[in-house]
Amino acid sequence: MPIIEVKNLTYTYPGGTQPAIKNVLLTIEKGDFVIFTGPSGCGKTTLCRCFNGLIPHFYAGKLEGELTFARLDVTEHPIYEMACHVGLVFQNPENQLFALSVEKDVAFGLENLGLPRDEMRKRVDWALQMTGIEELRERAPHELSGGQQQRVAIACVLAMQPEVMVLDEPTSFLDPLGAEKIFEVISELNKRLGITVILIEHRLDLASKYANHVVIMDHGTIVLDGKPQEVFDSESARLIGVGIPKATRLWQMLRQNGIRLDRAPVNSEEAIQLLRGVLKRD
Amino acid sequence: MIEVKGAHFTYPTGVEALKGVSLAIREGEFVAIMGSNGAGKTTLVKHFNGLLKPAKGEVFVDEVNTRSVSIASLARKVGFVFQNPDHQLFCETAEEEIAYALKNFGFEEEAVKTRVTWALNLLGLTQYRQTSPFMLSGGERKRLALASVLAWDPKVVVLDEPTIGQDYEQKEKLRQFIVQLNTQGKTVIVVTHDVEFVADCGPRVVLMAEGKIVADGDAKEILTNKELAFKASIVPPQITQIFLGLADFGLPTDVINVHEAGKILFDFLKEEVKP
Repeated sequence: MPIIEVKNLTYTYPGGTQPAIKNVLLTIEKGDFVIFTGPSGCGKTTLCRCFNGLIPHFYAGKLEGELTFARLDVTEHPIYEMACHVGLVFQNPENQLFALSVEKDVAFGLENLGLPRDEMRKRVDWALQMTGIEELRERAPHELSGGQQQRVAIACVLAMQPEVMVLDEPTSFLDPLGAEKIFEVISELNKRLGITVILIEHRLDLASKYANHVVIMDHGTIVLDGKPQEVFDSESARLIGVGIPKATRLWQMLRQNGIRLDRAPVNSEEAIQLLRGVLKRD
Repeated sequence: MIEVKGAHFTYPTGVEALKGVSLAIREGEFVAIMGSNGAGKTTLVKHFNGLLKPAKGEVFVDEVNTRSVSIASLARKVGFVFQNPDHQLFCETAEEEIAYALKNFGFEEEAVKTRVTWALNLLGLTQYRQTSPFMLSGGERKRLALASVLAWDPKVVVLDEPTIGQDYEQKEKLRQFIVQLNTQGKTVIVVTHDVEFVADCGPRVVLMAEGKIVADGDAKEILTNKELAFKASIVPPQITQIFLGLADFGLPTDVINVHEAGKILFDFLKEEVKP
């Protein structure tokens, strides 16, 4: 079932001479784990800002085309309403956290919704538990490490129980193990709770194994949209200059040299499995 | 060029960031300092230009003890590009931003002009000469910060997490640029946890964990060591993981780079699978 549907969407920022996104056509299914990637300035962040109504409600500008969330017209519902459906996690958690304790930060969005105290308590506990930061409850967010802060930011959004979570390069400040832990947390939320995940990411080597849907944008349009394996292995992904996973790149290099193996892998586990199969057969 | 001897450092909050670090970096070297968040990487490099002084131990830059000279005179030798360009940019235009340090260092007006033009051009920012740094994208701001440091031609350039927020192409350009700087004789020190970036550059790698140096060697040796990597919260490059997973077929386990990997696998497979 489609959760986000975009048809012929074109948007120009106030004062902009050119549209930031042009004629975008896209369907995201409920429960998808989508990676959005493409060169800086390709429009991926702009498009994701439409999903929760930040565009056009906050950024104004000129929006044309259709944009629906669960069949609701996003342009007709205010941000505070959309925020309950579509949660946003920023690249830098420092831009999002401000309270004196983790617990208060996670509760803030709920207070704004005017939820009863018991319900708030329940949801805060649950969000802290899901993101594995219960022991940080009383700590001040600004004293935490980058990885811990990013988990707090995710907990804040999770507590709102959104159907969709949009994360804009959530791990770029983290070391690889820290990044992997964040992706694991997100992937758990996707699998266990069925939350639709939209991840804007450049580091495809780390992230691609979690996704079932990849969208590549360039110059404000969607140029590739499909399963990770198809998208990453396509010639145009390489030409746009997207850092396709090294495993996929390896397959392409072998193919250029006349060795055609089955479908290209998107991560090391797949590559190992495929190569083991080839080597064992002989 | 830089010599650290038994350096200890504790922040006023009580966090012990360096616990006896010793390290020597020769002129013209290309070094990547890697390790987990909070391992002490940034604290260590802040000692290279005297921003921090060790509580115990000594740091020498170009044979001068950092305790005995001002930060300004050290900055002339060791240029610093911070992780977050917003911590370093503050002028009204890109041009002024680059000129600022040059003026402070007492360059003549004409020299300032030439160097500003040179630096803008070098990093592809000429079109933004009159633009406010805050109107630039994250990647462009980072390049501007680098331009303003390179303008005064320091002997050593320290880049703290240069690849954050850069897309693949910018990253590739940056990599070529850094390698080129190094080939031209500059000492380049990069703080990063971008393993794929390091695998493509192949510098000397200094690995830190919990305020100490846990390994020091070439990229190949360190990135392919699973135990070391884990200790420093690093995941081996994807290519390395593939080769480690196929070790029992007699494939080498010290491959980090995709081009190298392609050649090895091709030679291996052409025997096994007839193309």
